[in-house]
Amino acid sequence: MAELEQVVILAGGLSPEREVSLRSGGRVRDALSLVGLDDVVVLDADAGLLAQLQQFPPNAVFPAIHGSCGEDGSIREVLSLLGLPYVGSVPSACRAAFDKPTAKSLAAAAGVATPLSVTLPREIFHDLGAAAVVSLIVARLGLPLHVKPSRGGSALGAAPVLRSADLSAALLGCFAYGDIALIEQYVTGTEVAVSVLDLGDGPRALPAVEIAPGDGGYDYAARYTPGKTEFYVPARLPVPVAADVAAAALTVHSVLGLRDLSRTDLIVDAAGTAWFLEVNVAPGMTETSTLPLALEAAGHEFGAACLRLLSVAAARGG
Amino acid sequence: MSAESRRTDRYVDQYAERAKGMVASEIRALFAVASRPEIVSLAGGTPYVAALPLDDVGAMVGAMVARHGTQALQYCTAQGDAGLRERICEVMALEAVQAHPDDVVVTVGSQQALDLLARIFIDPGDVILAEAPSYVGALGAFAAYQADVVHVPMDDDGLIPEALSAALARVAASGRKPKFLYTVPNFHNPAGVTLAATRRQQVLDICQRAGLLVVEDNPYGLLGFDTEPMRALRADDPDGVVYLGTFSKTFAAGVRVGWAVAPPAIRDKLILAAESAVLCHSSFAQLTVREYLATQPWREQIKEFRELYRERRDATLDALERLMPPGCRWTRPAGGFYVWLQLPAGVDAKAMLPRAIAARVAYVPGTGFYADGSGAQFARLCYAFPPPERITEGIRRLAAVVESEAALRSDFGR
Repeated sequence: MAELEQVVILAGGLSPEREVSLRSGGRVRDALSLVGLDDVVVLDADAGLLAQLQQFPPNAVFPAIHGSCGEDGSIREVLSLLGLPYVGSVPSACRAAFDKPTAKSLAAAAGVATPLSVTLPREIFHDLGAAAVVSLIVARLGLPLHVKPSRGGSALGAAPVLRSADLSAALLGCFAYGDIALIEQYVTGTEVAVSVLDLGDGPRALPAVEIAPGDGGYDYAARYTPGKTEFYVPARLPVPVAADVAAAALTVHSVLGLRDLSRTDLIVDAAGTAWFLEVNVAPGMTETSTLPLALEAAGHEFGAACLRLLSVAAARGG
Repeated sequence: MSAESRRTDRYVDQYAERAKGMVASEIRALFAVASRPEIVSLAGGTPYVAALPLDDVGAMVGAMVARHGTQALQYCTAQGDAGLRERICEVMALEAVQAHPDDVVVTVGSQQALDLLARIFIDPGDVILAEAPSYVGALGAFAAYQADVVHVPMDDDGLIPEALSAALARVAASGRKPKFLYTVPNFHNPAGVTLAATRRQQVLDICQRAGLLVVEDNPYGLLGFDTEPMRALRADDPDGVVYLGTFSKTFAAGVRVGWAVAPPAIRDKLILAAESAVLCHSSFAQLTVREYLATQPWREQIKEFRELYRERRDATLDALERLMPPGCRWTRPAGGFYVWLQLPAGVDAKAMLPRAIAARVAYVPGTGFYADGSGAQFARLCYAFPPPERITEGIRRLAAVVESEAALRSDFGR
């Protein structure tokens, strides 16, 4: 395994998930320090980044930028151009994962259930008349629905729609964060996050984390206010269903060509079917994030796992 | 492996009721981005401290420590350094406030004075009158003590006396009596307007008749662009007005030194409340301000700030005039930091903020300035920090976002 002298964590960025990313980056840095890796620099994706990376090339980079730039593959393209090894998926895989409709199509093609959905840009509502399009959506998909930006995370711009009268408001909220909306059938059930980790010996699914938010659902506040959401690790699922969600996450990881780590979000309905919602290539690493909880439940030490991922990346090369 | 319930805050069920609303928010997440230099931030009320003679201030602080280090690095009284309080009285004299240093209580910015006032006056459910809109920091301080804020409308001449009378009557009709009127009379935050001279006595008369204490928050009074400082409300009713001041806008926000001037009984309670809150304030910060007022040309510095902010105000108004789409209106401040922008009908400033951040411009949505959740159609623009050319660019970006948002709302019939 490659010897690590200096590593860089990328955190920040200019997406609305900047604050979350800074917390993720800081937590990875602290965890690495606890396992003896002290030469760790946290850098932002700003005008000073390239010069810093060129002047002091690290052994490996840990991208912890969430949202666009961090998850759409672009920052990893730059790391590739620099010839720097990094933890995580290659740019093309990131692009497929970050675009939720694309990820859903690939998952469905691989046999993973995913809620029926439509993907529509804001222009179509202008060109065809919003009221008519909204009516058509409700007629075709029914209710309840879930509206979210086709790209982005942390539930920003996402909202459930229980009544047809609320769909327009949900779309307006969605378009605040992006110009394309993914509108999918809302599946009621147990929400789980399944992280996949590859420490050099092949991808393995970590125990599913069950997310039990309060009345407001798993929105931004529920995600990042400690204590607002209750987690169960492993998820309270029958053994065969737990195996199914693990298999679904591994299938998604594989079919999208993801590498090192990913987190797949699913809903398990009353019949035990696991429905794929989305997958993240730069999962949150904050104190309220599910991947660190899953790591701990699987017996991994968080810092040791991060160190191992960096070592694997360094050995792989840029 | 058995399922284990995990809450990432083991004390979640033990917080006080008033802490329930303290949760992560999308708006705060967006403001985290707004602080990046790529964004033209018209959001935070950030003074342009780079205009200070930093070398001189640095030398002054060094000399202060050399001469008064054992005092600057020691505890002091909760009322604050006596020498600083004398200087504060000189500053207030510019607005015709005749105060004795014994009347002054030094605070950590005027924000702490707001917290202390709320602490000594507000029981849960008590009514506070405040302008509509009102300073978000004051609303936060009052909310922490579970006040019921009743807003009083303003127009271009500030608080409307008739509306104040009407609000008092409404509250009285509900069997309650407000604890105080909170007002920012000069270059209002966020509205940018100033209480007209002709209305000042009217407001005082109404409050006197109602036995209502006035809390006059005056961070910007010395930052008028066109006229001499206006006469403070406290100048005409020392027994009925608690005056709050700060050096955050006229010297440096980072020193966190403000003050309250209050009638003796209230002053004594403020001192006791301050003692229980912080024991005493930073001696170092207080002596820094005292030395600044004693040794540096602070009046000239305020003039320099005024010219700087006037230029930025002009750039803001000029850009708004040239660039904003139809349906927008805005105030024209004669001083201070803020323009209050009204967006076209149906456009919600809070909902629009993510799009604005994506376009690399930031503002504060209007809803934060109302305790009742209204104000969606408004945004506060602060012109104090960005240079004029950045202000113009920021407003160009904002105008495009507003236009796009208005079109989207129109598409959805909202």
